[in-house]
Amino acid sequence: MTAKVIWALAQKELRDALHNRWFLLYTLAFIGLALALSYMSLAGAGIAGFAGFGRTAASLINLVLLIIPLMALTIGAQSLAHEQEQGTLAYLLAQPVTRVEVFAGKYLGLALSLLASLGLGFGIAGVVLALANGAGSPAAYVSLVGRTFLLSLTMLSVGFLVSAFTKRAGVAIGIGLFLWLAFVFLGDLGLMGTAITLRLPVEQLLWLSLLNPLQVFKMAAILDINATLDLLGPAGIYAMQEYGAQLRGLFLMLTVAWIVAPALAAYVRFHIRGDL
Amino acid sequence: MIEFTDLTKRYGKFTAVEHLTLHVPAQGAVALWGVNGAGKTTVIKCLIGLLRYAGRITVDGCDVQRQGRAARQRIGYVPQELAFYKEMTTYDMAEFYARLKGAPAARIEPVLEQVGLSEHQDKPVGALSGGMKQRLALGLALLADPPVLVMDEPTSNLDTAARSQLLQLLVQVKQAGKTILFTSHRIEEIEALADEVAVMERGRLQFRCPAAELAPRLGLRTQVKFILPGHQLEQALAVLQREGLAARRNGVGVIVEVAPGEKARPIHTLRRADIEVSDFEVE
Repeated sequence: MTAKVIWALAQKELRDALHNRWFLLYTLAFIGLALALSYMSLAGAGIAGFAGFGRTAASLINLVLLIIPLMALTIGAQSLAHEQEQGTLAYLLAQPVTRVEVFAGKYLGLALSLLASLGLGFGIAGVVLALANGAGSPAAYVSLVGRTFLLSLTMLSVGFLVSAFTKRAGVAIGIGLFLWLAFVFLGDLGLMGTAITLRLPVEQLLWLSLLNPLQVFKMAAILDINATLDLLGPAGIYAMQEYGAQLRGLFLMLTVAWIVAPALAAYVRFHIRGDL
Repeated sequence: MIEFTDLTKRYGKFTAVEHLTLHVPAQGAVALWGVNGAGKTTVIKCLIGLLRYAGRITVDGCDVQRQGRAARQRIGYVPQELAFYKEMTTYDMAEFYARLKGAPAARIEPVLEQVGLSEHQDKPVGALSGGMKQRLALGLALLADPPVLVMDEPTSNLDTAARSQLLQLLVQVKQAGKTILFTSHRIEEIEALADEVAVMERGRLQFRCPAAELAPRLGLRTQVKFILPGHQLEQALAVLQREGLAARRNGVGVIVEVAPGEKARPIHTLRRADIEVSDFEVE
């Protein structure tokens, strides 16, 4: 595996992403909404609750939960499938490169493009907050940026997994959108329904929630800002009592598992694929 | 230089290539000939590492399945279906593939010059004509100056002029000492470029022969289509048939079937009869 080849592929992915209309649209939407939320947070900063950076970070959690998974899933889902559909993947693999280099280069390039997009969105909102003398420590805000990037990587890995199993970009995007719906809405509603119907014990409810990387992100982000999960109800109170200081490590471990496992599965599938 | 030893490729129950053993000598040019579905493209895909297979393929001693990168470093590949990043400029595309191949950036301009694309280096690849794209594919294949050139139906999607232009380039590449393996179903291409032909049928190698012997051995005929002035069509048909040529009318022209080495014969016959040939096409 050579770093030069991986970097050449990553740079190409980064450049393609910056020319991709959908990618730019997602980025602009994220920047616009982040600015709007920053403005609204500032407007209410003196009233109650979080102030300045902390308050904005809290407002941004829900925005991140909606937009970032959609963005990362769709670009991940297109990654390999689009190139296969165009025939460019076979030509690429006919060069003196290995499949692991192609996979790593594409993953790195798209991860960097997500980082660039998030950097723009959070950066512009952060500058506005700083210029407007937003009160409070920026630590919660910076922590949210880091967690958001990790969340985007989990969804990018899931997107790659979808892409490795599909030959057509349209199908891959469709599956990506379905998964986005499942993670964002069906996961929450399904969990609530299951908990009520089966009268699940609180520890099972917590662990079922932790199966969804978006829930992991939400709990971790709330914990960073609020220092407790009590506002999440019985499952949050149980988590704090049972795991306490270990929660941050647990959240990080689960997030890393959600990044590595789908990416690894996607690579294995890509490596053994013979129909290119 | 290239050794296929007992190559077999199966897709489920279907056998695409069966027990192929073939040697392509260094600086030699071998054509794979066969109808669609004979297994020619499968052989090429196995050679460049796109398909897994049973048997063994080596390029300059490097095993394709075990030393894939080393084997592909020795190969320049021109695919049948050109698949490029259309938004990239010609130069950027060459630069991208040069980086992947580990070729110095200084090679890019001479190679674009060689394939006649210097003036088009700032154009997006999507804006190039079919012939230019095919020449770009050849240029990309030559970027790292590999000893082996592998091509899958290199002229199949080109018009007569572009085909002739590319063929001239390929002859120069051959004269420069490259080892060439290519698939084709065009007898002119094989006669111009190949030293030897390996004839495949249903995944099996039927026989090998010198390129010049292929047409007589298979009883192949070339069709030459002449576009002629309407008022001379009947006269042309009569003259050609009187000369013993298999000629028949086709719309605004006449089609003549000749042996591959006799394509000029009907032209001379028509000229002797003072019949003006507006255009002609060889198929």
